[in-house]
Amino acid sequence: MIEKSLPSSIEDTQARLLAQDYVADRPLATCIFLALRLQRPLFLEGEPGTGKTEIARTLAAMLGRPLERLQCYEGLDMAGAAYEWNYARQMLEIRQAESQHSRAEDPFSERFLIRRALLRAIDPQPVPGGGKPRAPVLLIDELDRADEPFEAFLLEVLADYQITIPELGTIKAAEPPIVILTSNRTREIHDAVKRRCLYHWVGFPDVEREREILQRRVPGVSQALAQEVVAFIQRLRTLDLYKLPGIAETIEWARALMELDAVELDPVVLQNTLGVLLKYQDDIVRMQRGEAARLLEQMRQPQATA
Amino acid sequence: MLPLRHSPGRLADNVMHFARVLRVAGMPVGSDRTMLALQALQMAGLESRQDLRSVLAACLLGSAQHRALFDQAFDLFWRDPDLTGRMRALLLPKVQMNPGLERSPQENRRLGEALFPHSPHAPPPPPAEEQTEIHADLTWNDRELLRKADFDTMSSDEWRQATRLLAQLRLVFEPLPTRRHQRANRPGRADWRATLAQMGRAGGDLWVPQWQQRRQHPAPMVVLADISGSMSRYSRMLLHFAHTVARAGAGHVESFVFGTRLTRTTRLLNSRDPDVAVAQVVRDVEDWSGGTRITHCLHEFNQLWARRVLSGNATVLLITDGLEFGPGDALAQEMQRLHKSCRRLLWLNPLLRFDAFEPRAAGIKIILKHVDAFLPCHNVNSLADLAQALGEPARPDLFNFHHRHATQQPRNLARQP
Repeated sequence: MIEKSLPSSIEDTQARLLAQDYVADRPLATCIFLALRLQRPLFLEGEPGTGKTEIARTLAAMLGRPLERLQCYEGLDMAGAAYEWNYARQMLEIRQAESQHSRAEDPFSERFLIRRALLRAIDPQPVPGGGKPRAPVLLIDELDRADEPFEAFLLEVLADYQITIPELGTIKAAEPPIVILTSNRTREIHDAVKRRCLYHWVGFPDVEREREILQRRVPGVSQALAQEVVAFIQRLRTLDLYKLPGIAETIEWARALMELDAVELDPVVLQNTLGVLLKYQDDIVRMQRGEAARLLEQMRQPQATA
Repeated sequence: MLPLRHSPGRLADNVMHFARVLRVAGMPVGSDRTMLALQALQMAGLESRQDLRSVLAACLLGSAQHRALFDQAFDLFWRDPDLTGRMRALLLPKVQMNPGLERSPQENRRLGEALFPHSPHAPPPPPAEEQTEIHADLTWNDRELLRKADFDTMSSDEWRQATRLLAQLRLVFEPLPTRRHQRANRPGRADWRATLAQMGRAGGDLWVPQWQQRRQHPAPMVVLADISGSMSRYSRMLLHFAHTVARAGAGHVESFVFGTRLTRTTRLLNSRDPDVAVAQVVRDVEDWSGGTRITHCLHEFNQLWARRVLSGNATVLLITDGLEFGPGDALAQEMQRLHKSCRRLLWLNPLLRFDAFEPRAAGIKIILKHVDAFLPCHNVNSLADLAQALGEPARPDLFNFHHRHATQQPRNLARQP
């Protein structure tokens, strides 16, 4: 991977994200630029499917750094997130030493350490053949799924980029990793975590940006179809649905429509592909009861009069 | 590193003042965040207003719920030359205003107070009335009577005594296993780390296995209380109950009240003194004792809050008389959704105080289909029973209304022989 320097300005950030097919609006580019320059973790909150996780992937590609991903879940602890001791190996060594009547080596030395995502991000191992390892992009995904005790584990990592292992001592990052935290806001994250981060709310994009995203992410989509898809989804988002479709759904839907060789939206195709867009039965039933057709009609009307 | 020294002009002062305004308006903005904002501004430059907004938002914001407040404060603080006039107008006494037009200014009153804390127009807070309170404990007999008295017909003295009784309830919540572990004495899951550490201490010879067990956590609870006219007194008492529950520290408690709108009252109930806490809710919730729109409010809860507060196996206490006259379909749908997204849904209905109560009203019939239990909540005894029921693991037979109703005898849940 070719190492690349940090962006020099907000415009530069935006342009280089765009070069990786990530269409960021200016506030988001500002946040990313600041996070990179100030070496602060970036905390992204927003509806599911608005490209929060994708930012981390894009940044890794853009800066030529490896990506360390930590998927959060309830009950995630230090053993799963940062490090664990290789007990089987420790016991084997002790046994072996016993049988040879020699003194066993300290079972808590670095040799017996299993490194998990957080520790790998703080203390990257040299790649064979490569020179000095670079600090990776650390993605802590869906932090709201982890429980509160885990947030407390994170504080040390986020504030000082270090991990303390009681048996070994403190391991501090030579170069701070680029940290991205995401949350779908199924619960509030504790202030102590957020205090250490830059905060950004990732919302739904406007028409222009969504069309651009679609055209970059789904190569080969026709101008007309992209326009219709985006217009329909933007209208859909004004409805009072239980779960509004995100950009991920827009992209999926456009792919599905292309797969079905649809040139433009018609009620039949729409009915058949609703499952790509909406994931709750109530929402789907509601759309099937004519709401979808109504939206489509509404969408066509200004075009007809114009 | 002092960012102040390098900043041109009065920007640093202004950012500091802005942070202070946000803080007074209720956002948690510490001085570390202000420092960060100044650093960030040096880095990002000040090319446009939009950039200034995103830089300040990135550094000073911490939560989605404060975004609207931040935007308002930003617009007011960084642009409007006639800011003073507008904010002062907000603080004017409201006498001369037309009630219809009065809601038009969008700015938050809290913001106005934050920007001009010593407005000459603001009336001074009324002096607190002095009260002398005499505590006289009831005799045992009186207390027994009080426990059975209906909340709706209590005198204010009895009411006060009842709240005190409620505050003394012992609450034990149903413990739920979590996915975390703690040390244990009995064999179960092996704790290898502790075992090896123990072995190391003993010089590598002694093999004493150490064990772990699942940590338990009290079930979180969500209270949804109807505060419409007919329910007002019961709901007030239930707020006292919710307060007791929250203060017991037995688990995480979220509370909401609804009438025509849904309001989250978790923060308001945080005050230590139950009377102050409930008074705070009453003061802050505008639609106290008005009409009720159960379907609408349940929809709002499902849409905005359910995914945020119902994670982790919550028990929901729904307190309402269930007298809803809207379309039944929508109510059924919302109830079904609510029931599906929580572990246990208990319906407390003061109408159950009538022995001959039968679920005839359409709304009641619909709600009944989607709850795990249907319980009374009209006197201290029934709430004490509820407290006990909450501590027990869910047992469908005990909670089934249809079963209870089939016997035609409303039995006390926990007090039965």
